Amino acid sequence: MSAQHILLIEDEPQIRRFVRTALMAEGYQIHEAETAKRGLIDAATRRPDLIILDLGLPDEDGLQVIRDLRTWCSLPIIVLSARSDETDKISALDHGADDYLTKPFGVGELIARVKAHLRRHQSGQQEASTLQMGDITIDLISRTVHKANQLKHLTPLEYRLLTVLIKHQGRVLTHAQLLNEVWGAGHAGQEHYVRVFMANLRQKLEDNPANPRHLLTEIGVGYRLVI
Amino acid sequence: MPDPVRPDPDVLLRQIQQSDEARQRGRLTIFFGASAGVGKTYAMLNAAHQEVAKGKQVLAGVIETHGRQDTAQLLEGLACLPPKRVEYRGQYFNEFDLDAALLQKPDVLLVDELAHSNVPGSRHLKRWQDIEELLEAGITVYTTLNVQHLESLRDIVVQVTGITVRETVPDRVFNQADDVILVDLPADELLTRLQAGKVYLSEQAKRAANHFFRKGNLIALRELALRRTAERVDAQMRDYRSDARINTVWNTTERLLVGIGVQGHSERLVRHAARLATSLNAQWFVIHVETPDYQKLTSAKQIAIQQQLRLAASLGANIALITAPSVVQGLTQYATEHNIARVVLGSRQRPYPLLRLSLVHQLARALPELDLILVNQTLPQSDTHTSGKIRPSLAQTESPRHWTSWIRTRAFRGYSYAVLGCLLITLGSAGLTQWFDLANVIMLYLLLVVAISARTGRGPGVLAAVLGILSFDFFFVPPRFSFSVSDTQYFLTFTIMLMVALLINRMAATLRFQADIAARHARESQSLAQLSQQLTGALAEQQIIQIARQWLTTSLVSELAILTLDAQDQLILAYPEAPLLPDGFDQTIAQWVFDHQQEAGQGTYTLAANRLHYVPLKAPMRVRGVIALTPQPAHQLQNPEYQRLLHTALAQIALALERVHFVDIAQHALVKIEGERLRSSLLSALSHDLRTPVTALAGLSSTLAHSHLSATQQVELATDVERLANLIHGLVTNLLDLARLQSGGLHLNWQWISLEELIGGVCYQLDQRLKQHKIQVHIPPTLALIQADEIILARILTNLLDNAARYTPPESTVTITAFEPKPKWIEVTVCDDGPGIPEDMQSRIFERFTRGQHESTETGLGLGLALCREMISSMGGSLHVSHHQPHGACFHLRWPQQALSPDTLQQVIEA
Repeated sequence: MSAQHILLIEDEPQIRRFVRTALMAEGYQIHEAETAKRGLIDAATRRPDLIILDLGLPDEDGLQVIRDLRTWCSLPIIVLSARSDETDKISALDHGADDYLTKPFGVGELIARVKAHLRRHQSGQQEASTLQMGDITIDLISRTVHKANQLKHLTPLEYRLLTVLIKHQGRVLTHAQLLNEVWGAGHAGQEHYVRVFMANLRQKLEDNPANPRHLLTEIGVGYRLVI
Repeated sequence: MPDPVRPDPDVLLRQIQQSDEARQRGRLTIFFGASAGVGKTYAMLNAAHQEVAKGKQVLAGVIETHGRQDTAQLLEGLACLPPKRVEYRGQYFNEFDLDAALLQKPDVLLVDELAHSNVPGSRHLKRWQDIEELLEAGITVYTTLNVQHLESLRDIVVQVTGITVRETVPDRVFNQADDVILVDLPADELLTRLQAGKVYLSEQAKRAANHFFRKGNLIALRELALRRTAERVDAQMRDYRSDARINTVWNTTERLLVGIGVQGHSERLVRHAARLATSLNAQWFVIHVETPDYQKLTSAKQIAIQQQLRLAASLGANIALITAPSVVQGLTQYATEHNIARVVLGSRQRPYPLLRLSLVHQLARALPELDLILVNQTLPQSDTHTSGKIRPSLAQTESPRHWTSWIRTRAFRGYSYAVLGCLLITLGSAGLTQWFDLANVIMLYLLLVVAISARTGRGPGVLAAVLGILSFDFFFVPPRFSFSVSDTQYFLTFTIMLMVALLINRMAATLRFQADIAARHARESQSLAQLSQQLTGALAEQQIIQIARQWLTTSLVSELAILTLDAQDQLILAYPEAPLLPDGFDQTIAQWVFDHQQEAGQGTYTLAANRLHYVPLKAPMRVRGVIALTPQPAHQLQNPEYQRLLHTALAQIALALERVHFVDIAQHALVKIEGERLRSSLLSALSHDLRTPVTALAGLSSTLAHSHLSATQQVELATDVERLANLIHGLVTNLLDLARLQSGGLHLNWQWISLEELIGGVCYQLDQRLKQHKIQVHIPPTLALIQADEIILARILTNLLDNAARYTPPESTVTITAFEPKPKWIEVTVCDDGPGIPEDMQSRIFERFTRGQHESTETGLGLGLALCREMISSMGGSLHVSHHQPHGACFHLRWPQQALSPDTLQQVIEA
């Protein structure tokens, strides 16, 4: 299998350098673009497997880049952003980004995310009928959930929430996205629904709901399911 | 060694002030002559040519050549200002263009005829006011003046020449001129020139010569001019002596008191006193004593008195209108209070010299140490018309009163009470004569006189007395029902009764007058006190404007506009939203008033055509604004009482505005000082806490680059580099957050959040740091969802947990508890069982740049807790610390919950 291609759209040379070094050490092929314009051309011509995109580009808004990319491809997009703008992250995710990393970020974290998204993207096509995470088994056909071999009773909405998270496992889903997918449009602004049901779900599935291992919270942004 | 010579500080101060002003002011040179034709304009033009030769820029503003050849020739080679065409009543006049002159700002400006009156509608009524403004603007002015135009010499000129001069110039202008150059020509020579036609055009010359240019007149005028110049030189000499401290005796300033009365032509008295004061170099006071009689005066006479007071003020006197039971008391009291030894009074022919002691004698008896100066007030016929300065608006105020309105007055009611009372007593007593002694009937009438006098005044009282006596005679004294009297004793009774009645009447009326005055003054001072009390409480300019507006409109003013200064010191309307600007309000006049710190508009000499009166709001430091107003119909703008009340109120308002202004400045200064202090502590903290990790970073990375290290060593160093970088990142984040909080750039995003989830998220982020600590979380199910800004709360909890991890030994337990301390409040406590915080540190740990342990190995700016406190208070909450039993520290974080709707929440959970 040939090396996987990663497109890095970032204007800061220092950040480009260490990201490149780290990823190349992992055996990936890296293409670099300094501007949004160049990045969009590279995305079309070089056909990367994953895109790492900085939100603060000199020539165009990163959100616009995501929007443009999403018109024709479903590649995993990891967004890099500064800490101070949670709203930017949320809108990046709402526009179709898969994940984000807050600057400054560690190389270990970056590589883990990249791997997770590449794997998800490749295996995402063939739907598995059961899912195992820790001691939790989810049977997507019989719609049952077992924890430590004990049947857990979930309400229909809880189950729906869980399947949406499973469908996008590894991705960060914003409150608004979850609300829209589980409850449907028309519930906008009622993000606390998600929180309540998430708490219930944790109560039923996590060993220690206050310190979850699978149903993770991204503070101020949303949730992520980690297997 | 004792210093025998002590200059009066006031005098020195005044000199400094004047020389300060003189530095910016232009210089005024007056070419002064005895009469027209002596060659003043010629001399002025000659002087102008000398200035031109010196390279000065000279502009001829106005030059009246009167068609004289040699004068006109001199005009050649001088720049001339084109005159302004002013229309007045269909005719066009050429006037001096003040604004153009101000704009050109020449070094020297020539303006002929200082005494000229401008066409109505010009900015100033008089040319000397134009010149004042030019001088104020720093332009040097040459002008000309004839002696007969000096205000204080006016009636002497009338006496000498029999010709009334209408255009006058206040002596102040003449006295304050920097140079006065006397242009002198003997009378004979002037007449010769006149006959030769050199002075006036020939047809005018004849007429003029007959009226004015008589040798006697010319000699007298020349003498006046020479004397006036000599007086000026004398005053200069004295000034010089006091400047140079030649004087060995420092006189206390001479003071003159002038009392002006109701009768006679006090203008003459005032002018005479003005001359006297000038020659004595004295401070002078002109007062009118308001006695009970004042109320009876026709308003024409009241206005005349006010007019004379204003004349005195324009001649440089201090004026006052004081109230006293009698003129003598008023004068003596004022003289004593102001330490005045000389009193100037007008003398006149008294109609009945023997009836009462003259005022002069009464005064002499009351205060023997007073020097009394009497000025003859009988006048030559020609001065009977008062000066042309009476303003039309004043003359119109005396309109004939219609009888119907008179009926409604108090006086009319008084008279009817008198008649009615007499009728009742007569009727009542008529039936009782069998039982009543006649003496008692007399007493009843006297009682009526007292009652009427006390209630309504003197006139009705007199009427009651006369009616009483007549009724008594007619109805009660035998033979009854006839005015004839059988017993001559009754004549004596009548006389005594009349005298007693009149005496009582007078006393009662005086008492009532005094009570009225006292009540009026009490009302005024109470109302002023109220104003000042309200103003004291005001903290903002808008409040002051509101108070001022309300106060002024309730008692003094019918319409007003208030202008104040904005942040750029521009004059703006204080309440732009109010649509009720008075008619005729003109912002440019207000601006002029502000710039010149003088009143303008109605009732003044400047822009008098405007119907509003514009007053600057003068505070000690500067003018704070302008008020434009019209007085209430009951008041007269010229009334000194009204002026006094108005100006006291305005001064208070100005003072309040200034106070608020300075409060603002002080607050800004305080904020600035606080900012400075913060910045300096920030800098010192940064220099230590940021430099240390940066130094370490540099060292570590260079070691990595240059040394031959084993792989494990390399990993160790690299891990350290990462740790330090994260640390610096934390510092910068905290600083940025603090800056954002302080600049108010933080807007809260209140939402329903799950505390458990939040704590989980925070712990997940701090995973590495909290690895060796045990975390316990206690959240009651009722608080599953709470309201907060998620990001801010997460930052606070991160800081608190990070602190707990940093300052407690490994294996410590951190307990997080949430509960409801009171309805609609949430408290979250973060407690550890570490060493705790020393007592003396507890109050200080929330200050910026403070750390729990001095010189600890832990780096950080000590900003964390300060930041936490700022953040929670932005949510309306608080953060404090307490001891945790048996040891450890407890941080209590509490903030309010907005209205919770449990129904919806319940629905959500059940859904």
